[in-house]
Amino acid sequence: MLSRVANSIYWINRYIERAENYARFVGVNTSLALDTANIPDAMQWMPLVATTADEELFKELYGEPTQENVFNFLIFDDRNFNSVYSCVMNARENARTIRENISIEMWEHINGFYYLVRNAAKNRHNIFPSSREFLKEVVQGSQLLMGIEDSTISHTEGWHFGKLGRYIERADKTARILDVKYFLLLPSIEEVGSVLDMIQWSSVLKSVSAFMMYRRTYGQLFPQKIIEFLILDRYFPRSVYYCTVNAQHILKSILKSHRGSIKTPAMKKLAMLSSELYYTNVKEIIKFGMHEYIDRLQTIINEVNDNIHETFFAMKN
Amino acid sequence: MTFEDYDIEGFFDEMFTPDHQIKQGYVPFSEFVANLSIDDLVQKQHAAERSLMALGITFNVYNAEGGTERIMPLDIIPRIIEGREWDKLEEGLKQRITALNLFIDDVYNGQKVFTDGVVPKTLIESSKCFLKPCLGLQPPKGIWCHITGTDLIRDQHGIMRVLEDNLRCPSGVSYMLENREILKRTFPKALDDTQVRPINNYAISLREMLEYIADKPSPTIVVLTPGIYNSAYFEHAYLALQMGVELVQNSDLVVKNGHVYMRTTKGLKKVDVIYRRIDDTFLDPLTFNPESLLGVPGIFEVYKKGKVALANAPGTGVADDKVIYAYVPKIIKYYLGEEAIIPNVPTYLCENPEDMQYVLDNIADLVVKEANEAGGYGMLIGPKASAEEHEIFRKKIKANPRNYIAQPTIQLSRVPSLAGERIEGRHVDLRPYILYGKEIVITPGGLTRVALRKGSLVVNSSQGGGSKDTWVLY
Repeated sequence: MLSRVANSIYWINRYIERAENYARFVGVNTSLALDTANIPDAMQWMPLVATTADEELFKELYGEPTQENVFNFLIFDDRNFNSVYSCVMNARENARTIRENISIEMWEHINGFYYLVRNAAKNRHNIFPSSREFLKEVVQGSQLLMGIEDSTISHTEGWHFGKLGRYIERADKTARILDVKYFLLLPSIEEVGSVLDMIQWSSVLKSVSAFMMYRRTYGQLFPQKIIEFLILDRYFPRSVYYCTVNAQHILKSILKSHRGSIKTPAMKKLAMLSSELYYTNVKEIIKFGMHEYIDRLQTIINEVNDNIHETFFAMKN
Repeated sequence: MTFEDYDIEGFFDEMFTPDHQIKQGYVPFSEFVANLSIDDLVQKQHAAERSLMALGITFNVYNAEGGTERIMPLDIIPRIIEGREWDKLEEGLKQRITALNLFIDDVYNGQKVFTDGVVPKTLIESSKCFLKPCLGLQPPKGIWCHITGTDLIRDQHGIMRVLEDNLRCPSGVSYMLENREILKRTFPKALDDTQVRPINNYAISLREMLEYIADKPSPTIVVLTPGIYNSAYFEHAYLALQMGVELVQNSDLVVKNGHVYMRTTKGLKKVDVIYRRIDDTFLDPLTFNPESLLGVPGIFEVYKKGKVALANAPGTGVADDKVIYAYVPKIIKYYLGEEAIIPNVPTYLCENPEDMQYVLDNIADLVVKEANEAGGYGMLIGPKASAEEHEIFRKKIKANPRNYIAQPTIQLSRVPSLAGERIEGRHVDLRPYILYGKEIVITPGGLTRVALRKGSLVVNSSQGGGSKDTWVLY
C-alpha cells in the first residue's frame, strides 16, 4: 500500500475520532452547565479548552471563555485546526485523495458528514445553544463510519492503519478528558464527595460514554474507581489500556505482512506501555500524581504516533 | 408531456426533422416521456443532480466564489445516435488515429512527411508541443497516442466534422460513464426499450491497453495525478478505482537505479506503466520545465531506456496543434492513401498571408483560436464579440500569425434540453474516447457536451457547459 494512502487512512480515523470526542465532551458539559448554574462560565468552560491544549489560540481568537465562545471554538471554528469542523473537513480532504482506496459507502458517508457539519457551521446561530441533536449526529457520524469501514473494506493493511489511528486517538482523548478533573474542577477539601463533585465525576464518565458501563461494573461512584476504569479497565473500549493493547495487536498484524523485524520503535513502545498498564494499579497512579501520570501517557502516545509516521509514512529512499 | 411547443428555430436538431417529426432513434424515448408531466421531468432532473452531489462527482473551478467544487451539470435528456451513423464515425476515427500515430512517429523519427513536402517543417519547429528531447524516441509497440478524446461537431447541414483532436490526456470519460449510471436510474424503461449499446467496459479496455504496452505479465500500473487541486482529480481517482490500480502523485514516485518506484508501507515497489494525467512539460523537471513541482525527476531517462511505459507518450501533443489540425486530411492521405472519412472544419491559417487577410477582414463572422490552447480559453467567437474584442484579436494575430487559426462559426446541432421548467434546444458536441493498444477500441458514443446557456456555442464545463448521456443504437 502507498505510504501516502496509509497515512491518509490513519488520519481520517484520527480526525473523525477526535471530532466524536469533542462533540461528546462539549455535549456533556452543556448538560452539566444546567446542573451547575452557580458556577461561572469561565470555570465551567475553560477546562474544556485547557484539555485540548489549544488555550493560547483560544485566548487570541476569543479572549472571554463564555459558553458560546468555547462552543464555537471547539465545534465550528476553522481557524482551530482541531475543531469538529476542521477535523471533518480534513478527514474529507484525506478521503478525497484516496478515493480509489476506500469503499464508495465510506466516501459517501464522509462526504455527507462533511456537508452536515458545514451546513451547521453556516447556521451556527440556529444550532447554539440547543445543540444536543447536532452533537449527537456528529457522534453517530463517527460511529457509523467505523461500522462502514468494518463492513465494506477488506480487513487488510489499510483497514488496520485506520484502526490504529482510532485507538491512538482514543487513548489520547480519554486520558485528556480524565485530566479535565485536574484543571479547575479540582475541589476544595470540603467539596470532595459532595453532590457537585459527584456530578462532575459522572460527567467525566459520560464524556467518554462510560457512565453506564462503569455503573454496571462498580455500581457506586468512587473517584478512584473511575480513574481505574478509564485508564486500566481490560474490557471497556475507551479505556487507555484497552486502546493501547489493541493498537499493539493491530500493529502486529500490519508488521506480520511485512518482511523484517517486528521490533519497530512504535511496537516496542506500545508493548511496554500496555504491559505497564496491565500491571499498574490505581493507587500507584494516584501516588505518582494523576495529572503527572496522564501527562506521561500522552507523551508516550505522541511518541508512538511519531514512530508510526517514521516507519510507515515518511520512508526515506 | 409532448414536444408540441418545441421549436428547432432553424437549427439542425438531433431529435426532430425540420418538419417536426421525431427521428427514428428517439421514438421509444419520446413515447416514454409522453407519459410524464414537465414536473416529473424536472423532478427527475433534480434527483439526478442530487445523485451527482452524493457521489461527489465534481470538478474544481479555480478562483470561483463559494467553494472550489461544482458538479458537472447533467441534462437528463439523452443524445441519441443511430447505429449506422456511429459505425461510420468509428471507422473514421480509427482512420484518423492510425494516421496521426504514424505522423507523430515520423515527426520524431525520420521526418519523411517534411521532406515529401506534405507538412512544412517550420510549422513543427515553431510548435510549442514539439519536444526536441523526444527525437529518436521509440515508444513501446510504436504507439504514441494511447488515449484520445476527439471532439466532433455536427454542422447546420447535419455533417459530422472533427473540431479538435485532443491527444493530450483528454478528460471527461468519467462523466460519460457516470452519466450512464445516473440515466439507468432516471429512465430505466426508456433505456431498455431503446436498445442502447453498453459503455461500461471502458475501464477494462483501458487496463488491457496499459498492460499491452508494458510487455510483461501482471505489470504494476499506476495513474499519475497532479493532485486534488486539479480540475479533473475526480476522474483520476475514478479511473484508478475502476481499473484497480494505485493513484499516485509525484511525491509517491522516485527514480532509482534506472527504474521508477513508488513508496509503499513495505518499501519501494517498481512501477511498469504510468497513465499520466500531467502535461508533457511538467513530467520531468530534469528534461523539460525545470520549475515543475508536479513531475518526477529522472523519469524521462527511464522512459527512453524502455524501463517504464507512459501513456500518452511525451511529445504526442505535436499532432494536437491547431495549425497541424488543418493538415490532418493531407496527413491521412499521405500515410494511408485514403480520403478522410470524417471531414475537418474549414480552417484558415493566419500563417499564410492570404488567409490572414481574409481573417482580418471577416473576423466578425469567424471563430479565432490560439494554436495551443484548450478548454475554450484563448478563443474569440466573432459574431458574439464586440468591435473592441475584434480589434484586440486583430492585433494579436498580426503580432504572432503562427499562433492563430480561424474557422467559420458553425451552428452546432441541438438537442432538446431542460431549461428551468421548459424544454428548449441547446447546442452540443460529441467527444468519443479512443484507446489505441493491441487494437483501436472506441467506446460507443462518448461524452456529449452541451452549452446550457441559451444561444451559447461554448460547451466547456469551465464556461457554463454541461453534459448529456449519449445513446448509440444497435
